Amino acid sequence: MGELIIIAITAALLSNVVLSQFLGICSFLGVSTKTDVAVGMGGAVVFVITVASAVAYFLYLLLDALGITYLDTIVFILVIAALVQIVESFFKKYVPSLYKALGVYLPLITTNCAVLGVALTNVQNKYNFWQSVVCGFGTAFGYLIAIVILAGIRERNANNDVPTPFKGSPIVMITAALMAMAFFGFANLAI
Amino acid sequence: MKNKHLDAIYNGLLRENPIFVLMLGMCPTLAVTTSAINGAGMGISTTVVLILSNMLIAALRKIIPDGVRMPAYIVVVATFVTLVDFIMEAFTYSLYQSLGLYIPLIVVNCIILGRAEAYASKNTVTMSACDGIGMGLGFTVALVILGLVREFLGAGTAFGITIYEASAVFEPISIITKAPGAFLVLAMLSALQNKLKMKSATNGVNGGEEKGCASDCESCGGECH
Repeated sequence: MGELIIIAITAALLSNVVLSQFLGICSFLGVSTKTDVAVGMGGAVVFVITVASAVAYFLYLLLDALGITYLDTIVFILVIAALVQIVESFFKKYVPSLYKALGVYLPLITTNCAVLGVALTNVQNKYNFWQSVVCGFGTAFGYLIAIVILAGIRERNANNDVPTPFKGSPIVMITAALMAMAFFGFANLAI
Repeated sequence: MKNKHLDAIYNGLLRENPIFVLMLGMCPTLAVTTSAINGAGMGISTTVVLILSNMLIAALRKIIPDGVRMPAYIVVVATFVTLVDFIMEAFTYSLYQSLGLYIPLIVVNCIILGRAEAYASKNTVTMSACDGIGMGLGFTVALVILGLVREFLGAGTAFGITIYEASAVFEPISIITKAPGAFLVLAMLSALQNKLKMKSATNGVNGGEEKGCASDCESCGGECH
């Protein structure tokens, strides 16, 4: 149990997926203009990555049994793309309220490299089933934290007097740089 | 530029440089530019994948049905990425180790799927190869420049050769080679582009933001509806 908690905290804070591994930068910079939108995107990412980690674990067992583990990148990306479609259709039919909240963000997640990144990291670290799921959840939760904080800062920044050349994406990237520095502090967490 | 092949290369290298102008493929851009050599390695491997996948997709453009073109492109790209992954593991092992996870992640690089969708699916094999060369070179040059700046400021070296030692006057700013430095250097660079009024996806007061890969996933090749 203790080991699982360590995996989750490491994935969420110590090696934050966006701020220290640079995965999912596109959506991190693109979908962080409003806090509620950022929460929606973060929620969808948490759901998809957690499910994808579980699926990828069994998929890798299958590939391993067949002796074709070198196909992992191809198989993972196709299954993730299909999975996102299935999740979307499932929500649309059976959980319309959740679909309304997350629906717009689901297609965006296929191209989010964090999903493939987590699946490949789990394989590289030879995690078992629960470790994979917890690592996936922790990583995605780290994404949620980062994108919500960035959206909060950007909402406040919107009314500030930013020097003209820095308007638009430069100021967002400077904000991200400062957040990355702050997240460095977590490196001193004694685990 | 009269020659249309040269023009396609020039277009990718300068006019529509994937990083400085289109702002595509940001994840590897930020992650692997800790040194110029890593940047060059990432750039060259992406270029190889880009040229080969552009050529194959252009050759198959009349065969691939429209409805399943995205999965088909992904399979083509992922196949070449797997090949490059193995070739690098066999011949350039130290580079393979320092790039690590980011080699298989070339699959989800927006530039490759973006060019497949925007260019290779509509043009001949030779023209698509030239587009791949141009875009790939533009990507590589941008990564090497970023890597060089970060390596020079952060460690006082260029391509691994020591340029200056830490002294009382100036000490290498080690944070530049770490994660925050990646955001900081790119922010400064885009600000400089804005200041010089150079064409870029980030130009303009607010309008530029919409052109990033996430909010405009059509151009990124994502499966948008």
